Amino acid sequence: MLTIQIKKQLGTLAIETDIHLPEQGITALFGRSGSGKTSLINLIAGLLTPDGGSITIGNNRVFDSKQKINRPPEQRHIGYVFQDARLFPHLKVITNLNYGNKEKDPDQFKIITRLLGIEPLLQRYPASLSGGEKQRVAIGRALLSNPSMLLMDEPLASLDTPRKAELMPYLEQLTTEVNIPILYVSHSLDEILRLADQLILIDQGKIIANGPLAEVWSSPQMTPWQAEQDASVVLEAKLSHQHPDYAMTALALDNNLSLWTTRIDATEKTPVRLRIYAKDVSLVKQPSEQSSIRNILSMTVDSIEYSDSGDTCLVNLQAGRIQIKSSITRWAADELGLAKGQTIFAQIKGMSVTPKDRVPGL
Amino acid sequence: MLSEYEISALLLSLKVSGIAVLFSLPPGILLAWVLARYQFPGKSLLDSLIHLPLVLPPVVIGYLLLVSMGKQGIIGSALNQWFGWSFSFSWRGAALAAAIVAFPLLVKAIRLSLENIDIKYEQAARTLGANPLKVFFTISLPLTTPGILAGTVLAFARCIGEFGATITFVSNIPGETRTLPLAMFSFIETPGAEAEAARLCIIAIILALTSLLLADWLSKRVQQRFSH
Repeated sequence: MLTIQIKKQLGTLAIETDIHLPEQGITALFGRSGSGKTSLINLIAGLLTPDGGSITIGNNRVFDSKQKINRPPEQRHIGYVFQDARLFPHLKVITNLNYGNKEKDPDQFKIITRLLGIEPLLQRYPASLSGGEKQRVAIGRALLSNPSMLLMDEPLASLDTPRKAELMPYLEQLTTEVNIPILYVSHSLDEILRLADQLILIDQGKIIANGPLAEVWSSPQMTPWQAEQDASVVLEAKLSHQHPDYAMTALALDNNLSLWTTRIDATEKTPVRLRIYAKDVSLVKQPSEQSSIRNILSMTVDSIEYSDSGDTCLVNLQAGRIQIKSSITRWAADELGLAKGQTIFAQIKGMSVTPKDRVPGL
Repeated sequence: MLSEYEISALLLSLKVSGIAVLFSLPPGILLAWVLARYQFPGKSLLDSLIHLPLVLPPVVIGYLLLVSMGKQGIIGSALNQWFGWSFSFSWRGAALAAAIVAFPLLVKAIRLSLENIDIKYEQAARTLGANPLKVFFTISLPLTTPGILAGTVLAFARCIGEFGATITFVSNIPGETRTLPLAMFSFIETPGAEAEAARLCIIAIILALTSLLLADWLSKRVQQRFSH
């Protein structure tokens, strides 16, 4: 368990946190710029000193104002991937990678450099690398120092779109193969959706929501970040089976609900994450006998939120623990005579799917 | 090609300047580091003291050295008594005079370079498990190399040219303290030795030009490594 209970006044920003994180998996730290995301991870890394409180990583108490413990950064065993990579310009890639590597385990070196695809770069100097390559080397360098936790400060933020696309698969691979907790700072919801298990929302230095991603995603604290047309839900599911004739895959949700999606090449029971936009969900009172839409779920109306203009509304639907949102016009809502508790059929036109298979290793 | 007299003056100049710069480097880097990175009461005073030799007449420095480091001087007599070291009228005194006169140039160049290093590299090194000492020797110092090179060359050139403090402190003894400028001065003072003075003048120009070219080549090599 990681415990971060600290206070710090930085100019007008007062950071105050009480976070408990699991010892595995990726936690995304999300908030607008200036909300204190980077300051918070600098406090954890020891690059800033809290005014009070305590930080514990596993059994290792690295800061405690009462017991006067304040370990310097080099004794905290926390890897840090900076937004700007910060490779040492006077050292070759291989020397950069080994800077914090005390074990010098050749197998581990091979695994990490292969995982990040940086084997061909070892003899080069940082100045000759692209932005994406620099970030990969920086990640490798942090991992090779054998940290008990990894902090990543918007590693994609300084890259252009093609470079982001180039680095993303490495990050996805990394998140499934590294067995240490990762705290990932980002202000991109798409990145978070592809990588994170847990989500922490931070606003003006305070933690306003904290928990499993799907849960925080549908919490009211999240609404300000999702424009109405982008309203969506996130569902965790498992791969159930492949269609014998068509290139389709069935996914099992909780309480025996299942959804069809375009074929995913993965084994049964592979965990996947679905994002369903409210605009892709339409409602019907009776399921039509024949429809091009494959996914029709029987749900109960939980609540209806009208937009500020009053022309459209967001219908929150529920089936057991599964929640889905549907965005429809006010006219349609009136004609359907929607009311709380009513049973209705949700037709899901499309969804985006991310496999989340965790392979223990490294 | 060169007379024995000229070779002796040239070699002495190189020895005096080389030793002066070599011994100035560690304290120079240390003081540059302190001035670049720390705030403390009396910092301005320390900074001014270091820069004093730059603005004082060299003859004043020579006089002060004579009073303090000479055989009868307060520090000089103690050093002579305890260690048997003597600066007066020897090439070591010439090196000391040169070092003091060139010291501000050395510190200034290194300090500027240290101030230009982004502390973000040092922070990154700390998170990789390096203690401040390791960070200094593996990150800060190598990144300061261009500044150290520039400072070294500047200080070396200043040492080669040193005249006033040297002649005041250790006099003008052939083979011991008669460096290039002092040798040239002697020829100018001697009637009919204009040609010899001119030859030394050319040697001085060649020496200065060579060291500048060498410094330029070295710093280009360093820059290349940092930015391919």
